[in-house]
Amino acid sequence: MHTLMTWAASAPTMLPISEISSGAQPVRGGIYAVAPLLVGLPLASAAILLLAGRRSDRWGHWLGVLASTGAFVVGLLTFLAILGRDASERVLDVHLGTWIDAGAFHLDAGMRLDPLSLTFVLLVTFVGTLIHVYSVAYMDHDRDRRRFFAYLNLFVAAMLVLVLADSYLLLFVGWEGVGLASYLLIGFWNHRTPYAVAAKKAFVANRIGDIGLVVALGLMFSTFGGVDFSTVLGADMSGVSTATLTGIGLMLLLAACGKSAQFPLQSWLGDAMAGPTPVSALIHAATMVTAGVYLIVRSSAIFDAAPTAQLVVVVVGAITLLFGAIVGCAKDDIKKALAASTMSQIGYMVLAAGLGPVGYAFAIFHLVTHGFFKAGMFLGAGSVMHGMDDQVDMRRFGGLARYMKITYLTFMAGWLAILGIPPFSGYWSKDKIIEAAFIPTDGHTWRAWVFGMVALLGAGITAFYMSRLFFMTFEGEKRWSTKADGSAQHPHESPALMTWPMIILAVGSVALGAFLGLGNRFVDWLAPVTGSHEEGDPVLAAPVLVGLTLLVVVVGAVIAWRRYAISTVPVTPPVGTALTRAARVDLYQDVVNDALLVEPGQHLTRTLVYADKAVVDGAAVGVGQSSVGLGRLLRKTQTGFVRSYAATMLLGLVVLVVAVLVTQS
Amino acid sequence: MNLTNYLVLSGILFSIGSATVLLRRNAIIVFMGIELMLNATNLMLVTFSRMHGALDGQVLAFFVMVVAAAEVVVGLAIIVSIYRTRRSASVDDVNLLKS
Repeated sequence: MHTLMTWAASAPTMLPISEISSGAQPVRGGIYAVAPLLVGLPLASAAILLLAGRRSDRWGHWLGVLASTGAFVVGLLTFLAILGRDASERVLDVHLGTWIDAGAFHLDAGMRLDPLSLTFVLLVTFVGTLIHVYSVAYMDHDRDRRRFFAYLNLFVAAMLVLVLADSYLLLFVGWEGVGLASYLLIGFWNHRTPYAVAAKKAFVANRIGDIGLVVALGLMFSTFGGVDFSTVLGADMSGVSTATLTGIGLMLLLAACGKSAQFPLQSWLGDAMAGPTPVSALIHAATMVTAGVYLIVRSSAIFDAAPTAQLVVVVVGAITLLFGAIVGCAKDDIKKALAASTMSQIGYMVLAAGLGPVGYAFAIFHLVTHGFFKAGMFLGAGSVMHGMDDQVDMRRFGGLARYMKITYLTFMAGWLAILGIPPFSGYWSKDKIIEAAFIPTDGHTWRAWVFGMVALLGAGITAFYMSRLFFMTFEGEKRWSTKADGSAQHPHESPALMTWPMIILAVGSVALGAFLGLGNRFVDWLAPVTGSHEEGDPVLAAPVLVGLTLLVVVVGAVIAWRRYAISTVPVTPPVGTALTRAARVDLYQDVVNDALLVEPGQHLTRTLVYADKAVVDGAAVGVGQSSVGLGRLLRKTQTGFVRSYAATMLLGLVVLVVAVLVTQS
Repeated sequence: MNLTNYLVLSGILFSIGSATVLLRRNAIIVFMGIELMLNATNLMLVTFSRMHGALDGQVLAFFVMVVAAAEVVVGLAIIVSIYRTRRSASVDDVNLLKS
């Protein structure tokens, strides 16, 4: 076994040309030589902050911001360099060195620079940097602010490894890295037991998904003889059995379900809101939870050749988008409502990714716009909590629009964007997904109707619960509670360090969709990865669909307005219908998980422990104890009387002689 | 003369000797029993040597005598030593070597 890890150390200088692989071009020198800094800067910063400890308390947060900004600048330069190339030459491989060289298994470490990965790089570093800045003020009073920034930087580095990897194994390294960062940040205030439990829950749910990725890795290696993107995705899929491809696809989907909180592994995301709000904005809304969508789109070659797996992807997306939307309608905790919304919106992305070439680009498009408006709304929620003494119950908000004008306006931008009101960002991406869902694939018209209607219905419910959240927080009368120390609430606008990131994200929520969507800019940009395709016709005409979606959205918003803006919202939650009660407890997902998995698992382990004690230990201890007992019995013959020994000897001799005589005669 | 009589005598002497060893407590007497058994064996060896016309038995009898003499030396020394320390020559008093 011969493993080399030289690439990390010597990366920036040593860039030999990799082998020519299908589609991807090897590059060297120029701006691509500094591309490893994308990962290196935040990783180095995280290491410095963690190793320096309390000594770096005074300047640690600014180092974190600097590292993230640096990564953004490098990402932007790389992006511009790639943008300057011809569209057909935009898929590049930066070779960094041999990673694993073990007999038949040879794997190089490298970076895949293409429109897809650079989209993620820009999203992660840009939104990440804004959230770093926001956190400087948000975590101002926390004595562990430096450690928080170390973890944030670790997350950014791991996320960039994930999206820049040129093989599934390196992707897996980043995949685990973001899982670790997520765990550390959810449990950042781990002195509170429920928060520590939430972190553990997220970690375990993610591990279940990771098993899928590990199995997929094994299947890829045995099928294609390698795990790098060039080998796997460039392979001739017609020579591989559909069953194998379906297996790989389903395992990748399992991984995506764990990371992206899709049904049936979605239960951890709501509890993950235990982490500080910037973490929820960055990791559990904008970037990490979308890694599953990235994985599916990246593996498009496999899914395109496995229609069954694709169908399952669409079904999972459809279930999750309804599931999240229904849960979002009943939650009173502002962060948990936003988390349910995130789950639902990622459901849209997964649904789009499962539709095949017609949906890949829109899945990523929605991912980007969602990254902006949802991160903006989470930061808004953080700002509200900041001004309201960490209150999260929306029934205790109300009428905040006058007190927090900037938060109100930026949140409104995000709200209109997620509703899909033209010309806000969400309209350009979500409407396209709904339209794509209505396009029949392989001539299955019923599928188009089913998934299209689910997506349409989801849009209506989304409009309802997001409007509910918005109106309960900012409109209506004041329902404020007193502070923890008993004094009255004095909601106030947050400092500039918090409002500016929100303003910038709000600008993105307003304009990014139009900027990228007009003239199909974004779809054309992604074309080298997702492939171009001739668009089929939806079962309903596109203008009809746009009108219908808008109608459903407005109806949802109006219902919410009547119930939560102009009528009185009770401070204590009413009993509600059976569905409401179910949605409040996440549609019993924890109960189901406990009954189906946790308790049988606990019973199994208890049985195994008992069996270990009774059978395995019993056998080992039993042998020893029976020897002891036998010895204790035989010891009684040792009386110390010489004559009894002599008698025994004589007896033995007589027996021996008799035996000899009997046998010989 | 019938050689069988010697064998019977040898058996009788051996029985007396073993009975002495098993039944008496005095170490000296026990020792005498052992000597009796050894000499009964010697008698038998010599008798069989005579019966078969071979000298092996007689040679072996000499060996037994030599061993018996050595054994007497060691054994008596032990008995005297025990008697000096414990004021007793009873074999039942020497029972420390038990569990």
